[in-house]
Amino acid sequence: MPDPAQVARDTDRSVLVTRHFDAPPAKVWQAFTDPALLTRWLLGPPGWEMHVCEMDVRTGGSYRWRWRNAETGEEFGFTGQYTLVVEGKRTEDTQTFDQGNHSQPMGDPTTNIVTFEGTQDGTCVTSRMIFAAPEQMEGFLAQGATDGMEMSYARLDALFADEA
Amino acid sequence: MSVLDRRFAALSDPTRRAILERLGQGAATVQDLRDIAPISQPALSHHLKVLEAADLIETSIVAQTRPRRLRPDALDEMNAWLARLQTIMEGNYQRLDALLADMPDTPDPKE
Repeated sequence: MPDPAQVARDTDRSVLVTRHFDAPPAKVWQAFTDPALLTRWLLGPPGWEMHVCEMDVRTGGSYRWRWRNAETGEEFGFTGQYTLVVEGKRTEDTQTFDQGNHSQPMGDPTTNIVTFEGTQDGTCVTSRMIFAAPEQMEGFLAQGATDGMEMSYARLDALFADEA
Repeated sequence: MSVLDRRFAALSDPTRRAILERLGQGAATVQDLRDIAPISQPALSHHLKVLEAADLIETSIVAQTRPRRLRPDALDEMNAWLARLQTIMEGNYQRLDALLADMPDTPDPKE
């Protein structure tokens, strides 16, 4: 079982996520870039499913992802443009958040850089999310923290309901 | 400006982030903090004032010194979010582990 993902604020405007997988880079690349495979694992928070996944993975290509909450019908998504694709090794894209009817607008597009590096026994994937300005990252973090607290409170509510 | 605005402004400066990182390891006096960056004492005092106004640090009084320390809740919100991001992504990645184990081996096109 690989070590859990490492998440860190690596600069004042970027977040870096690092994870190792016990599979060769070609396979991991396929799972990240083939919509039929991506939709099987990139689910997001519990209760959400990815119902739109269109990807043209080449430099200059674009993608469109949308998630839906089966219970509430809420939706959100991302659209993006690939600024660089190095087959099997690296993608760079500019991503715009589409808040749908779920969340708050997130401001300027973010830049994502994902690398796939072969190791002795698998692949190391790094994902770096770069915000347009430090203020936008802090805003994103603050908004996420609020959402996270709501989720925790909802779990507490459920726990208390069980005990009653 | 709201506290949140003041925090954003305070965190946008690299010297102030360096001060926060140093205080993350424990309380420090102005004297201790002078090693962080080649800046004048007035400039350092100004940065400390900005951080204090943003509720990120506080001043205590110990004998003749006034060490600064991180406020315990200063970065909680942001760290809480990172922890949540980690949980969501790790959940996705564990599904990916299972998927990778199920996928047939594909020859590397470059080999």
